[in-house]
Amino acid sequence: MAIKDRLSGNEAVAIAMRQINPDVMGAFPITPSTEIPQYFSSYVANGEVDTEFVAVESEHSAMSTCIGAQAAGARAVTATSSCGMALMWELLYVAASDRLPITMALVNRALTGPININNDHSDSMGARDTGWIQLYSENNQEAYDNFLMAMPIGEHPAVQLPVMVCQDGFITSHAVENMELLEDEKVKKFVGEYQPENYLLKKDGTLAIGPYGISAYYMDFKMQQVEAMKQAKPVILEVAKRFEELTGRSYGFFEEYEMADAEAALVIIGSSAGTAKAAVDQMRKEGKKVGLIKLRVFRPFPMEELAAALSKVGVVAVMDKAEGFSNAGGPLFADVRSALYDLENRPKAINYVYGLGGRDIKTTDFEAIYEELFRILKAGVTGPVYRHIGQREE
Amino acid sequence: MTYNFHDEMNKPERLVGGHRLCAGCGASVAVRGVLRALEEGDRAVVANATSCLEVSSFMYPYTAYEDSYIHSAFENAGATIGGVEAAYRVMKKKGKIDETFKFIAFGGDGGTYDIGLQSLSGAMERGHDMVYVCYDNEAYMNTGIQRSSSTPRFTDATTSPAGTVEPGKRQNKKNLTEILAAHDIPYAAQTTFWGNFKDLHEKSHKAIYTEGPAFLNVLSPCPRGWRYDPADLAEICKLAVNTCVWPLYEIEEGTWKLNYEPRKKVPVVEFLKRQGRFAHMFEPGNEWMIEESQKYVDQQWEKLLKKCR
Repeated sequence: MAIKDRLSGNEAVAIAMRQINPDVMGAFPITPSTEIPQYFSSYVANGEVDTEFVAVESEHSAMSTCIGAQAAGARAVTATSSCGMALMWELLYVAASDRLPITMALVNRALTGPININNDHSDSMGARDTGWIQLYSENNQEAYDNFLMAMPIGEHPAVQLPVMVCQDGFITSHAVENMELLEDEKVKKFVGEYQPENYLLKKDGTLAIGPYGISAYYMDFKMQQVEAMKQAKPVILEVAKRFEELTGRSYGFFEEYEMADAEAALVIIGSSAGTAKAAVDQMRKEGKKVGLIKLRVFRPFPMEELAAALSKVGVVAVMDKAEGFSNAGGPLFADVRSALYDLENRPKAINYVYGLGGRDIKTTDFEAIYEELFRILKAGVTGPVYRHIGQREE
Repeated sequence: MTYNFHDEMNKPERLVGGHRLCAGCGASVAVRGVLRALEEGDRAVVANATSCLEVSSFMYPYTAYEDSYIHSAFENAGATIGGVEAAYRVMKKKGKIDETFKFIAFGGDGGTYDIGLQSLSGAMERGHDMVYVCYDNEAYMNTGIQRSSSTPRFTDATTSPAGTVEPGKRQNKKNLTEILAAHDIPYAAQTTFWGNFKDLHEKSHKAIYTEGPAFLNVLSPCPRGWRYDPADLAEICKLAVNTCVWPLYEIEEGTWKLNYEPRKKVPVVEFLKRQGRFAHMFEPGNEWMIEESQKYVDQQWEKLLKKCR
């Protein structure tokens, strides 16, 4: 029997960590993810886990600790946000290149400039090229579920890549929701033991990790990561299937909401999908054929699947909660529009950058976006492609 | 434990030949000297900060280390080896490991005095059972002899060049050993390649086998950066000690101990004149630089003597 509870997203992830009982946690507090190491250190203090909690002096050292620990043969986790992840930056690449399936709970928050503690996706979107698998969550339940699926995905012998499990700062990390937890034993059984083939502390064997890779080898290291990321796609679906058998909750690369006959669609990531779904429901009542795709897996990017899911719609708005300053659209837009290119009858596509630094987006905003999509459909002219919504107009 | 030079030198090497370090480089001498202090049967995980040592000793697909080894980045050897040690503790607790491992990180002065200082300080404060060894060659040699906070005053380095209006590096060398001692760790020491390596060996053994964090600062000359004849490595180290430029001392559980006091201090000029990096100090009109160097070494030595009495 599943356990019903009322939890914040942060506590839900901390509970997932407790149930998994990882070997090492290296973490440094940063709003809004601070509660995760706080909750977790109380589990350590009360003997509820065997974990070595390494209370480091910076996020740089948090990721370094995780790299050392995972390379040693242990299961390592961390939690961070925003600038904390930015400070880990170079080591994100190291972790992926060393093929260390570290798990990170990332509570998305805007990057500083100016300092802001609220949600957007600039932290993880900036890290999209680091070689980490990225799973995004709409609500607290998904944050918990994604965290439980992270290790079986990352540690799979064909994958061996680090995974970041993203949820929206404050919106889900601090809001308390009704949710279902699994029993501890079921979690342990589902996640299993970490059994790397080679590690630093292996009996009767040594390992050297983190070499100088000259031009004659470097590209081949990268090709192995490319292959691992490719392999991650079927593994993500396999793990989701196993998870569904256990919980009844179904996950894929993305969720299709009212897409069967949709003429106008959104592609969106994270908690704002919940708001957008409310707008879809309202407009469906009015007989308008609208739908949305909520992306769960951004890395690896499900290019073909996403293109297929959008092949029937006339027009798409891609919603970016991160600005890329490319002058050509946000990071999600770049990938989605690229995916659409191969379709014979591709939909028109526009981009909205929204919600930066916690700027609210409301159901009425989404309704206005859908109305704009219908105008484009009717006129047959896309107009400006790269747009923003929610900013001050004066 | 009696030190036997012959026996120690005949132990199997844990950093083997074939690496790409320069002839006359102090780094490999330091690593071999430290690893020799590991007792037979004990395993080790060696970590490197990005450095000459790292790029020369683990160039894919070859490693010069007989032990397990990890390199992650330039500024995080302390935190990285701390993570390995944390994993060891929990895996031992869970019964996944029965062997004894020791954890030893090596960084140059760039990775230790400068960019890696925070990571090192954090690891020391957290009390990991580890040794951090700085092989101090007094500049960023891997990138081409740029000044570091370890570079002595007046050194002609590539980002503190001696010119018509600049005397070389303006600042004195940072005293890192004392900074580490201020962490109140169980063991910190300064050594170099001195005589029959007894000092390096004994300090390495203490550092490795003292429970908790330990720090060794090993003056490790660089023939390219210091501009001396590679064959003179031992001679340069001997002069560093006998001029009191690099005193041999240790801090054990808070007690300062001077390990060697020259009967008669050799003038600093004898150390300076053997190295091209100080050549401009011997040009007419620059006598004041030599005087200032002597004055500084004398002051530092007197301060150290007070701490050790």
